[in-house]
Amino acid sequence: MTFDVTVEVHLRPGIADPQGATIERSLPHLGFDGITGVRVGKLITFTLDAADEASARREVDDMSHRFLTNPVIEDASVRIVAGAGASA
Amino acid sequence: VVLFPGSNCEHDAVEAVRALGGEAEILWHQNPTVNGVDAVIVPGGFAHGDYLRPGAIARFSPVMGAVSAFAAEGGPVVGICNGFQVLTEAGLLPGALQKNAGLKFVCSQTTLRVETTNSVLTSRAAVGDELVIPINHFEGNYTASPDTLAELRADDRIVVRYVDNPNGSADDIAGICNAGRNVVGLMPHPERAISGLLGSTDGVVLLSSLLDAAAARTAAGV
Repeated sequence: MTFDVTVEVHLRPGIADPQGATIERSLPHLGFDGITGVRVGKLITFTLDAADEASARREVDDMSHRFLTNPVIEDASVRIVAGAGASA
Repeated sequence: VVLFPGSNCEHDAVEAVRALGGEAEILWHQNPTVNGVDAVIVPGGFAHGDYLRPGAIARFSPVMGAVSAFAAEGGPVVGICNGFQVLTEAGLLPGALQKNAGLKFVCSQTTLRVETTNSVLTSRAAVGDELVIPINHFEGNYTASPDTLAELRADDRIVVRYVDNPNGSADDIAGICNAGRNVVGLMPHPERAISGLLGSTDGVVLLSSLLDAAAARTAAGV
């Protein structure tokens, strides 16, 4: 089966985010007020062939931990959707 | 001296080693061995374009398996700047290098304080020595869990600290070593501080220490 995978990589809570802080400081200059808690992450999307959703999730979790994130400073949240080519 | 696509300080490192009387060769990252060398330098630059994260892809290059094996049997390994990032990603050193706290690329001379002489990079120095060494990085903000930081302090594994922290690094850390003290990573560039023409010769004591470690290995017939 084919799955559409989305991996969101974000800095772990408590890890300073200088990019987010800079965006937050800049927003009021453009007239956007009342914004707090800006954090910057990454979005990684791909399609994956796997036997079923459980094995797709195992593989994505493994690659997230070993490659797509640096677990010292980053977390990932994973979304897996059976793709257009998937059989029901 | 390991060369990844995107490394850009390998010739500086080679020149520095030769200027100090050592022999140096370049190890292409696809090479699955370290060619029997007595010490490895992982130089600065942007290995594999720093894509995904600095060092994230470099750690899978075939040469890194050989570097890990060399380090595991006590071989001296020094990662400079991007090389430090590669060694943390490869798990040879703990922690991570994050974007600088000020979100600025910093390129300047810094003053480092030697915190331990028990490492392959500082054996010739004295604790408390202040060395002027340049830095040149965007992601040099050393970050680690409180447990890891406590362990580094307790085991005397913080090798050099910034006198005036330029990038937000935890505990002013500029460089650390592994438990075996034969793997050192640091953000500053000692290979760019080996001649008066470059503004400082304070890198000599560091790289000479590394050459001593390499020579000791040759003498021991390892």
